[in-house]
Amino acid sequence: MNKLDQLLSTTDYVVLDGAMGTMLFTVGLVSGASPEEWNVSHPDEIRAVHRHYINAGSQVILTNSFGGSRYRLKLHNLQDRVFELNRAAARNARAEADAASHTVLVAGSVGPTGELLTPMGHMEFADGRDAFAEQARGLAAGGVDLFWVETMSDLEEVRAAVEGIKSVTDLPICATMSFDTNGRTMMGVTPARAVRTMKEWGLYGIGGNCGNGITEIENVINAMHREAPEVHLIAKANAGIPQWRDNKLYYDGTPPVMGRYAQRVRALGATFIGGCCGNGPDHIAAITEALRTPLSGVDLEVLLAEKAAIGDDSEQEKGTGRSRRRSREP
Amino acid sequence: MSDDEINLKELPDDEIYELMKEDLYDGYAKEIVDEVSEMLSRGHQPYDILINGLVAGMDIVGIDFRDGILFVPEVLMAAKAMKSGMAILRPLLAETGAEKIGTMVVGTVKGDIHDIGKNLTSMMMEGAGFEVIDLGVNNSVENFMEAIEIHKPDIVGMSALLTTTMPYMRVVIDALKDAGIRQDLIVMVGGAPLNDAFAEDIEADAYCRDAAVAVETAKRFMQIRREKTR
Repeated sequence: MNKLDQLLSTTDYVVLDGAMGTMLFTVGLVSGASPEEWNVSHPDEIRAVHRHYINAGSQVILTNSFGGSRYRLKLHNLQDRVFELNRAAARNARAEADAASHTVLVAGSVGPTGELLTPMGHMEFADGRDAFAEQARGLAAGGVDLFWVETMSDLEEVRAAVEGIKSVTDLPICATMSFDTNGRTMMGVTPARAVRTMKEWGLYGIGGNCGNGITEIENVINAMHREAPEVHLIAKANAGIPQWRDNKLYYDGTPPVMGRYAQRVRALGATFIGGCCGNGPDHIAAITEALRTPLSGVDLEVLLAEKAAIGDDSEQEKGTGRSRRRSREP
Repeated sequence: MSDDEINLKELPDDEIYELMKEDLYDGYAKEIVDEVSEMLSRGHQPYDILINGLVAGMDIVGIDFRDGILFVPEVLMAAKAMKSGMAILRPLLAETGAEKIGTMVVGTVKGDIHDIGKNLTSMMMEGAGFEVIDLGVNNSVENFMEAIEIHKPDIVGMSALLTTTMPYMRVVIDALKDAGIRQDLIVMVGGAPLNDAFAEDIEADAYCRDAAVAVETAKRFMQIRREKTR
């Protein structure tokens, strides 16, 4: 029985955390700097973010290692410090989780490399897998309880991450993709196809994060639950949609709005619920509080009717009717 | 399926152009090379082949990308096929001094290292026949100014994926104003956290939601520009 099994034997939903990057900007991380480097240079600030989320009710916190693969770190000339920075990220989260008054698990965050796999781009599958394995070694050494692959667009890159992680550890793996392009990922993956494919890889939890607001994530959870009701689903929505006003960026998802979102995705079948960009400790506190009461009565009926009205996300073939392939003379 | 086999030599011109659109749509680079070569051997002008074959084909790809029928992988493969055709045509176009559709300098702004959307825009702009000078990621004002000085573009494109880097676009636009060249350039901006209000606020000419919109917008501005100079 792994720690996630233990946690889920005591509760039927799990509160995740909110954003890391935007929190660090408020305490002095400058644009263009590497958040991962702060695991070593500013551990107190990183630990404070984790602590705020734990105090707000988070039961799983994500390490500050989203851009911790050598491909991302190379852009800051930190590619030789992959193991060190990831281990530090895990240790920072571990220290706060161990000091918490309730059970908190540490999930090693693994984001995309930013490269496209061949033949579209230049990254070979094996190189991607090795880079993820290298990152996973650091996170495992720092004591994570599980791995959290997130904000992915390409299923093949998820597979590279999963294979890389599995090559260094048996810890459970969760994965989420960002369905930000007409209800699909940038690479055209539907929620149904994502859950169908990823559950074959033995992932512990599967879902959606980031993207364009709350409704999008609700629809992702709805589609995934329809496709695979047995899977633990993950919802990590942005705090609404960013608005540009008075030379500053605002998210329209206030804490009460996010609390309501949490109840709704819970009713639609999500087990792991938290926030992505624009969510801070106040949002997570609102989610923690809201989830104590399940959605019921008219609210539930309206939600289910609304989602039932959405057709299945049919796996319509691309370019239907336009392309007429004919074989060519050699 | 020997019934369906195609012998290019036997096809009339218009069917080859149709075939080029289909092969671009499917990202078939080798076939595009064959078709471009065949049309050249029939004496067609490089510029006509570019416009009637490659650009017309990429237009369809752009429309289906905009409408959510095609996604990034298909567009990238189509752009690669387009490039293989352009590799043959480009030197010939330069020789014949054919009119350029337009030139764009594009880059991700300082502090930002995200480039998938920007790369896609580059490719689709090339696909639409534009000459594109791609500065890559993390570009300072100086990089933009230098490239503008050298390449004399019609369009400057800027991309940012982070809310923390998007304000740098204003810095670049202010520099263009200070240099007195702002009014000579079409400035287009794009990236996940941007919107129309932001573009207006920093006094860009347009916000482009995605690569397909960027191409449409660029064409529209070039049209206006040509009408003005006429």
